Amino acid sequence: MADTRHNEETFEVIAPGHTNESVTEKISGLVLHNNLPRKYLMALAFTGSVALLMIMGVTLVVIFGVGLWGNNQPVGWAFDIINFVWWIGIGHAGTLISAILLLLHQNWRTSINRFAEAMTLFAVAQAGVYPLLHIGRHQYAYWMFPVPNSMGLWPQFRSPLMWDVFAISTYMTVSALFWYVGLVPDLATLRDRAKNPLVKKIFGVAAMGWRGSALHWRRYTMLYLLLAGLSTPLVLSVHTIVSFDFAVGIVPGWHSTIFPPYFVAGAIFAGFAMTLILSIPLREICDLKDFITMRHLENMAKVMLATGLIVFYGYIMEVFFGWYSGSTYEKYMTFQNRMFGPYAWSYWALIFCNGLAPQALWWKHIRTDVRWLFVISLIVSVGMWLERFVIIVTSLSFDFLPGMWALYYPTIVDWMIFIGTIGLFFTMFLVFARVLPVISIAEMRELLHHHKHTSSVAEPQVDGHIRRS
Amino acid sequence: MTEATPTSRVSAADFVPLTQIEPPAPRLAEAAIRERLAGAQGRGWWRSLDELSNSGDFQKYLEREFPLAAPRDMSPLSRREFFRLMGATLALAGVAGCGYQPAEKIVPYVEQPESIVPGKPLFYATAFERGGYAYGVLGEQHMGRPVKLEGNPDHPASLGSTDVLTQGALWSLYDPDRSQAVRHLGDYTTWDAFLGAIAEPLRLQRQKRGAGLRILMGTTTSPTMAAQLRRLLARYPEAKVHHHEPAGRDAVHEGTRLAFGRALNPVYHFDRAARVLSLDSNFFQDEPGSVRYARDFIRGRRVRDGAKEMNRLYVAESTPTITGAKADHRLPVRASQIEALARSVASALGVAGAAGSPPPAGVPADWITAVVEDLRSHGGSSLVVPGPHQTAPVHALAHAINSALGNVGKTVTFTAPVEVHFTEPANSLKTLVDDMNGGRVELLVILSSNPVYSAPADLNFAAALGKVRERIHMGMYDDETGVQCQWHLPESHFLEAWGDARAYDGSASVIQPLVQPLYGTRSCLELVQALVDGEARPGYDLVREQWIGRDPRYAARPEAATGAGGGPAFTGGAAGAGAAAGAGAATAGGATGAGGAGAGGGAAGGAGGGRAGTSQALVGSPEFERFWHDALLKGIIAGTASPAHTVGTATVPPASAPTAGGMEIVFRPDPTVWDGRYANNAWLQELPKPITTLTWDNAVQISPATAKGLKLNTKDKVTLTYGGRTLPAAVWITPGHPDESVTLTLGYGRTQAGKIGTGTGFNAYTVRTAEAPWFGGGVELRKAGGEYNLVPSQHYFSTEGRDIVRTGRFDDFVKNPEHPSFMQVGEHGEGELPTLYTEEWPSDRKSGAGAAHGKGGTWEGEGYNDLPIPAWGMVIDQNACIGCNACTIACQAENNIPTVGKDQVAMNREMHWIRVDNYRWGGAENPETVFQPVPCMHCEKAPCEPVCPVEATSHSAEGINEMTYNRCIGTRYCSNNCPYKVRRFNFLQYSDHQTPTFQMMRNPDVTVRARGVMEKCTFCIQRINQGRIEAEKEDRPIRDGDVKTACQQVCPTEAIIFGNINDTVSNAGKGSVVRQLKEGPLNYGLLTELNTRPRTTYLANLRNPNPALAGHAAPSEGGSHGSH
Repeated sequence: MADTRHNEETFEVIAPGHTNESVTEKISGLVLHNNLPRKYLMALAFTGSVALLMIMGVTLVVIFGVGLWGNNQPVGWAFDIINFVWWIGIGHAGTLISAILLLLHQNWRTSINRFAEAMTLFAVAQAGVYPLLHIGRHQYAYWMFPVPNSMGLWPQFRSPLMWDVFAISTYMTVSALFWYVGLVPDLATLRDRAKNPLVKKIFGVAAMGWRGSALHWRRYTMLYLLLAGLSTPLVLSVHTIVSFDFAVGIVPGWHSTIFPPYFVAGAIFAGFAMTLILSIPLREICDLKDFITMRHLENMAKVMLATGLIVFYGYIMEVFFGWYSGSTYEKYMTFQNRMFGPYAWSYWALIFCNGLAPQALWWKHIRTDVRWLFVISLIVSVGMWLERFVIIVTSLSFDFLPGMWALYYPTIVDWMIFIGTIGLFFTMFLVFARVLPVISIAEMRELLHHHKHTSSVAEPQVDGHIRRS
Repeated sequence: MTEATPTSRVSAADFVPLTQIEPPAPRLAEAAIRERLAGAQGRGWWRSLDELSNSGDFQKYLEREFPLAAPRDMSPLSRREFFRLMGATLALAGVAGCGYQPAEKIVPYVEQPESIVPGKPLFYATAFERGGYAYGVLGEQHMGRPVKLEGNPDHPASLGSTDVLTQGALWSLYDPDRSQAVRHLGDYTTWDAFLGAIAEPLRLQRQKRGAGLRILMGTTTSPTMAAQLRRLLARYPEAKVHHHEPAGRDAVHEGTRLAFGRALNPVYHFDRAARVLSLDSNFFQDEPGSVRYARDFIRGRRVRDGAKEMNRLYVAESTPTITGAKADHRLPVRASQIEALARSVASALGVAGAAGSPPPAGVPADWITAVVEDLRSHGGSSLVVPGPHQTAPVHALAHAINSALGNVGKTVTFTAPVEVHFTEPANSLKTLVDDMNGGRVELLVILSSNPVYSAPADLNFAAALGKVRERIHMGMYDDETGVQCQWHLPESHFLEAWGDARAYDGSASVIQPLVQPLYGTRSCLELVQALVDGEARPGYDLVREQWIGRDPRYAARPEAATGAGGGPAFTGGAAGAGAAAGAGAATAGGATGAGGAGAGGGAAGGAGGGRAGTSQALVGSPEFERFWHDALLKGIIAGTASPAHTVGTATVPPASAPTAGGMEIVFRPDPTVWDGRYANNAWLQELPKPITTLTWDNAVQISPATAKGLKLNTKDKVTLTYGGRTLPAAVWITPGHPDESVTLTLGYGRTQAGKIGTGTGFNAYTVRTAEAPWFGGGVELRKAGGEYNLVPSQHYFSTEGRDIVRTGRFDDFVKNPEHPSFMQVGEHGEGELPTLYTEEWPSDRKSGAGAAHGKGGTWEGEGYNDLPIPAWGMVIDQNACIGCNACTIACQAENNIPTVGKDQVAMNREMHWIRVDNYRWGGAENPETVFQPVPCMHCEKAPCEPVCPVEATSHSAEGINEMTYNRCIGTRYCSNNCPYKVRRFNFLQYSDHQTPTFQMMRNPDVTVRARGVMEKCTFCIQRINQGRIEAEKEDRPIRDGDVKTACQQVCPTEAIIFGNINDTVSNAGKGSVVRQLKEGPLNYGLLTELNTRPRTTYLANLRNPNPALAGHAAPSEGGSHGSH
């Protein structure tokens, strides 16, 4: 690939020479064909088997209890909440790309928003497993929801966990709606192009009677814009609320006002890293370099660099306030425990992964080299996981009374479920890539239209009605 | 150890059976057929023959004779048929299991017995024995089930408190691994079978005047047992009774013999001692009077009510103990050096015979001088205590020093020995082994002792045992010794049997049962009596007879005798014979019968329970019945304390020969499993050992310097070689341990303990010898490679410079009693800091109770006559806490706290609601240790409460942070947010819901928690409610002291005080004790800078160092800084 890269890569949002027909043909062609390539099946088999680990792990935990994990007395939360926050963070990029970049008229988002949104949904689905699974009595998980009942039970709204329940369920709902609404015109396209009657029928039902009339488009664009408006605050609020799980607690290392912005930035950071991890192979395998161009990759790298700097600033501020607070416990947490304690490896690895590694993105030749991007994205993903490890495990292990300090060691079941969720995530993504258009056909056509008129990007629209660009 | 493996058992080939077992007779012998036909004639004859030939028996007879004639379907079952039948059998068994009423007549409580009210416990006074010595206890019994043991306030060894072993005793009662039925060669049989089998050998022994009969038992102090044994010896004059007590007190008696020429029992009076020097004595734990000693000692350290005096403790010890941790000056000294140290103290005091003895190497001369000076200036009110695990010369020297100081008769008195010995205890076991090896022992009866496991290694007891023809073992477990004997007899737990025992000062108690035996068990008393008389009588009779015989007035008048007869004990109440059928059945039997036993325990009238009828012999006079009633009621027999003897001047023994050089080994009874007899006790196994906080194992403890020299790390596997014997073990580095010395506690490495105790730790007995039972030289430690998983409950012992433990010096406190400087540290150093929170704390201290909850005034309907509702609070006096962990296990018993097992403790998931944190500072060679018990603080601003999403933890109007188990879904957020980390989570299903005996053990007032819920200290809310109910019945407020938490009640040193902070009227207007203490100058809260406003606060620890020893590792001044 390397030798031909410069011939193929483009910095336009779409490679030149495409027509409406070619766009439609190319994207729908990824779905509407009858062959299941051997490689695809092998990949699916692999990720599916990894996902089975999770099913096994979850079954064991439901049968025998969360004692199968390594959580212990000082460390009440560990892999369960680390993974939960990690997945939720990854789930942030999709909505950010779809909603905020839409509102900001960043039309380069068009070719990546669909699968980024899908990624959001799948990541939030992984995350959603943990809050339900991590509790001691799974059968009563529904007590966290305000379900009217005769038991005199009502959730306590002072608890950040309660806020989590609402934040995440709202986020999940709006993300799903947003994604689905965006899919409707494409589903209609697929319905129209499908030859297999069963496939036609399925897409027909899913398209909900979309005929592409002007009225449909008008309603559609209005709804899409409204949902974007609804999602935008959610991008900020969800991780803010997730960070409250810690910031509201009094544990040294948790009790910090910097958490909300730094968690949100971290989430976007992690989300873009995961989007890159997915898009780089996707554009290779599905030959989508025309649509997901180097322009996209570079832009995502820039977002990563920016959010990475915010995150790094957060780390520096934690250290500063550890000293400035004058609190014995905060000082110990920062300077003795995190930096030089038994888990110091995780702290320094975190600084490397999230603080130092993304600095390479200052250089354009790295930003535009997919191999570098892929590696840095992987490092950032690991780093974001370590960040949650440092926050949760390191802080809980060494809080106030040394008499109760103890280390945490994950068990095999911890790993089974964690690796299993990664497997399930990729399985869902592989299935998605086969059955739905990974890039929005309608929006690409629209983009093409604008692109023809204006050679530059992000041009405001000229005609009177509300249009997306 | 021995060649015994866990499953080895004497085989049938290598013994001579006690009774020749007849081969089973054919069911219908030819002779019988002839007999049946013999009387018949004519038609009758034919009819009989006809009937006979059709009868089933005859058919079977024929079939046996002619196998081919057997019906086809009786041929060996095919696999399919077998499974079909098995299936049907199981199904039918299931049907049969579906709750038919038992055939026996059962009597419901149509008329409730007067004393038994469901839900209301009854308390019975009885006594727990440790090494033969009695600790008076009150057993709490719910509907016939003992569920908790408390100290007996009337008993001199208890004064209302107990120790960890007493608390653990309850678990042993319900231990499902207990021996449940008589076993002969491993097969279950009955007591009748045993009695029948033993008759012939006993007859033989009677002919030989008992020349081949030996009894082996531990230390006993029981007057009844002594009388029984004397009867036995009268019947078999040449028989011998031997003693084997692995953690016995031989040196104590030897020491007095050396000093005064006769065996005496020293009794210490710490309450009269202002200066105490301990010569390797862990008198907080290892003495028969430890509970009492701890209380007396701490009384002398109490600085409440403006005390201007505080006692001072010097400890020279060979292994770190809790006594050393409380010392004002502690000196780690190798065990072999203690004698030289004692001699130099005696020399400095001018004791004749000890002159010119220098202190041992490593002990500074000025240390000795200063200590001696201090002791001398407190002549008559000082005390030197020799350790029971030191040598006789050390004891003699201590007595000489005490004589020289004028302490004898004041701080130490001597009484006649409390123990009853029939042979010289020091050589008793050796003599027996010699006799066994010499073939002179034909019938050996081992009473409640486990010598195969615990005998000194050099005696090779197991091999000698094989040479005894007939071996009978009685014990609570079919243990290492049990499996090597033909007969194993299950022994009753002390809560199931009658008996008596004497305390450290000679005071006698009657041990009365609280429950009918759960299984078919008998007591040792009953067994000895059966050996004497051939027939068995209930223990109740034996004990009563003994005490009737004590006073001529107690004898029954003939006319008073009633004819209330009953079966002898061994046949009466023989439900136990069927105990082999399983614990379930036995448990049911115990539960239904228990009420009867309880009634029997309560009053003299109904004595004996359902167990056996009373017999004529034991009806005493009315005077006796009054005496008996009194003895049972109080748990102590008045006037039985041994009088103090006057002793002459103690003789100073000549210096002992030095022990072998090199590294030393010190053996000690284990703080939780003692000599191994509690090895199968899950509560005790999981209880952290003081100082090391190890659970579930012992370890070879060494000092940090020695470890460095040997390049050993904590948990390293080593091979210990001592006296030519080796023991694979693991190392634990204990700061404060003397260098070039190791400590190994007894009681581990069991092979036949049961599910809990088998395979834990390392067996010290395999290297311990009879000559040097407690220490010896010439030890070698070699790294064996690999790590052994030792699991402590605490991993970090440094305070990290945090202001979490306050400790200061007594002189500082005296100088500035209102604001001692050591209280002004850390966040509290600058006086009142400006705050946004203006509420009083504790917030309920003002009369407007509930102000903290924004309600104000009283809690409607719960207060009393407009008096404020109680505001519960606790004070933990660290100055009194000796770190014995009794609170932890008492809480476990009271609150149905499960044990989790070693692997779960290794994952830091132990469930104890109150833990005792150890903090150390100063050098690792001799650190200062302070204990800090940490229960739930019941914060007024509890961080755990707002974070629970389902409101499972909330605040009561009385200020208790409550946990609603039913509501908890187990997010563990509360635990994360608890700065004290006192919440405990049921990560797995820890409570055993299945084992029937554990169902009986549980406190019915406390919920048994399920998997996935959080739990924690409730301030014993069930006890508070009990107190409230009583108060409301009498229409009065709850009085100060009405409600005692379990940890408070058990505490030997009264370090935990609980009460109503709102109570301003009690104690003559001074308010409740807890309120007064909270207002005192030493009161501080833990982590109060977090604004948690804990209801549990602490009183600072004080040390009273000798100014003359300022340069010697003086205890820290104020603060809590240091490192380890």
